[in-house]
Amino acid sequence: MPAPCSSLMNRASQAERSLSQLVRTAATWVALLGVSFCAKATPLRPGNGNEVLERVRSAPLDASARELRMARQRLSAEPNNLELAIRFARLAIERNSVEGDPRYLGRAQAALSPWWDREDIPSRVLVLRGMIRQAQHDFKHALADLDLAVERDPTDAQAWLTKSAVLAVTGDYEKARQACIPLAQLAPGLISLAAAANVSCLNGDAERGCAVLRTALSNPAQPDSRERVWAFTILGEASRRLGREPEAEACFKRVLELAPRDVYALGAYADLLLDQGRARDAARLLSDGERADALLLRLALAESLLRPIPSNFAMHTNNLAARFQEGHLRGDFVHLREEAQFELSLAKRPAAALRLAQENWVIQREPADARLLLECARQAHDKQAAAPVLEFMRRTHIQDEQLNRLTESLEP
Amino acid sequence: MNTPQQKPVPSRVRQWLGSALFTACLVASITPADAHNQSTAFLTIHAETRRLDVEWHIALRDLEDAIGLDTDDDGLITWNELCSRRDAVCAYALSRLHVKEHSIPLVLHFNDMLVDHHADGAYAVLRFQADRPPVAGTFSLDYGALFDIDSKHRALLRLDHGDKTQVAVFTPEHPDQEFELGDNHSQVVPFTSFVREGIWHIWTGYDHILFLLALLLPGVLRFERNRWEPVTAARPALFHVVRIVTAFTVAHTITLSLASLGVLHPPARWIEAAIAASVVLAAVNNLRPVVRESSWVVAFAFGLVHGFGFANALRALELQTGQLALSLFGFNLGVEVGQLAIVAVFMPLALSLRRLLFYPKVVLEFGSACIALIASGWLAERLLDVKWLPF
Repeated sequence: MPAPCSSLMNRASQAERSLSQLVRTAATWVALLGVSFCAKATPLRPGNGNEVLERVRSAPLDASARELRMARQRLSAEPNNLELAIRFARLAIERNSVEGDPRYLGRAQAALSPWWDREDIPSRVLVLRGMIRQAQHDFKHALADLDLAVERDPTDAQAWLTKSAVLAVTGDYEKARQACIPLAQLAPGLISLAAAANVSCLNGDAERGCAVLRTALSNPAQPDSRERVWAFTILGEASRRLGREPEAEACFKRVLELAPRDVYALGAYADLLLDQGRARDAARLLSDGERADALLLRLALAESLLRPIPSNFAMHTNNLAARFQEGHLRGDFVHLREEAQFELSLAKRPAAALRLAQENWVIQREPADARLLLECARQAHDKQAAAPVLEFMRRTHIQDEQLNRLTESLEP
Repeated sequence: MNTPQQKPVPSRVRQWLGSALFTACLVASITPADAHNQSTAFLTIHAETRRLDVEWHIALRDLEDAIGLDTDDDGLITWNELCSRRDAVCAYALSRLHVKEHSIPLVLHFNDMLVDHHADGAYAVLRFQADRPPVAGTFSLDYGALFDIDSKHRALLRLDHGDKTQVAVFTPEHPDQEFELGDNHSQVVPFTSFVREGIWHIWTGYDHILFLLALLLPGVLRFERNRWEPVTAARPALFHVVRIVTAFTVAHTITLSLASLGVLHPPARWIEAAIAASVVLAAVNNLRPVVRESSWVVAFAFGLVHGFGFANALRALELQTGQLALSLFGFNLGVEVGQLAIVAVFMPLALSLRRLLFYPKVVLEFGSACIALIASGWLAERLLDVKWLPF
């Protein structure tokens, strides 16, 4: 399958991607980079000295941001102190999930760099490496790290949990379920329950998965709101797939009450609203979401459906195009799903979108990826391209009304 | 689905569970595609024949983590705060970017700091200018900003020269890269601009003009019986001038080529001094003629010296070997055109004035004396390495 500029293998093995290859493909990107650089505004000199240029933490008294800074200061004094490095890396990974800012992943990796490539990498660093790689969509290497981590220490709940999540994202539900067994034994509670329920919901047992989540969430004794956020998000997405849109919406609203800035829940809720044709609601929901690609994409999608088209729409699509191009130059491959969606729905290039969706399908196989590939295949009039997804759906018994509808539209 | 068994939780896992991180990682687990604005800096380098400008965009969030910008610790970075940290920002940037030509650094001078709003936040825009452009058209960039605190930091370079653009990505694995302005240089400096440079060099290089004039002034006269007489027919005078100009051209082409090809490169200062001396000698020869009929020999001999002078001017155009032939030819062509233009203006004037009484006395002798005087000044300047003449 020809890729637009670099082969799939290059994307998949980012670490091995040599610079010389990059230089060869660079010519292709020169024109694109021109767009990328041009998409930026002209540099200016602010007229008012008190003009706020940047917000480096969400709240002035954000305790965890201060904690992270303290950790960094201590680490910079002793960069080879394993305990300090692990502490900083954990805090940084946490910040990534809260802020949706993957900068923190790079910071975490830098903190762990003295041990990162070592043959005798400490087990705790190994787990963190797996988590960082997973968050960067390097699922293959993440899984290798996590396999080794649980082999070294079968009682490491975090390793089992992350392993289960990677396997679920890549569509390997049987192994994901198996990873949930030791997790449930090591760390009983809402987390392990939700991890297992998530697999069930994807693997043909959605009713039971939802029931388990509902029961667990109805128990007011669950202390940690973060755990509830996660469980509600899983329930909301499963409900949406089952066509229970009011329940799904209620779940997402609960999540946003608990965590108003939760990037993933905002995206999932916006998807639901877009499915329902509520573009104005989606645009309103995401009005503050320009920083995260996934949210900016959905915002632009919503804007494209509004009449009159909002004045910011052109800027938002330009920014998206610029960011995808930057990602290519950087050698990232985390944005394939978004880029395929962009090509399909905003750039209206179904053939290019299909290629990206196919590349993406090799790396991740969540319901959204399946849906994207089917939609691309339909619009590109390439039924053959849909075959892997249809086979996957048959094999996993996934329950998803949108996927079923798309499958029907693909039937002759 | 497995029902969790209520077993005692190992203490380490309890510790994990107790921390917010455990759930954070869980959420991260199912939210792999949230946002992808990893740390990226943008470098734009404009390489021109005469200067090299660098514009560097660094995210304020990156600078905050690297050196600290939020001086009042309120989570907001204002323009005032950025300005108050300007020296630190500048020092950080300059310590993390090294432009070199064959391991000799090009020194970057800070010009200005502005702000740009990219899609993912505000960036400080730093503008620098190198103290000189890379002479050979090759230079290396050693980039080291932020890699120590962010393994996923990347710098995207756009290198503009003429209408050509190169791009590169700096990573912790490839922080040091070389760039050639080479093949594309013809785009940067077109052939016509070499010709223009050649013409300009003759017209603004008064030493060449005066040398030429010193040779041409007696062209319409003959030295007979210890005095200058006007030639009767224009034709032999023209032949005489053509001989001089041709000899001068052939000679300077030889040395210009030899010097440009790197075969010979005498020190510029001595060449400049020798050129001044040649002007003095040519002018004095008009006053007290030593070489008479075969003044083309003088033109040839001194043309050799002037050629080295042209070569120094050509080198100042910062041309690299890839374009040498073209630039050499173009520059030389320009020199000839400029020279012929001078001849074309001078000869009709000289021919029409040659029979007048004042021509030998005023034009030739007084003119030559002036030329000799000026050139002596140059000679002294160049020998002593001082500057007092305004031209």
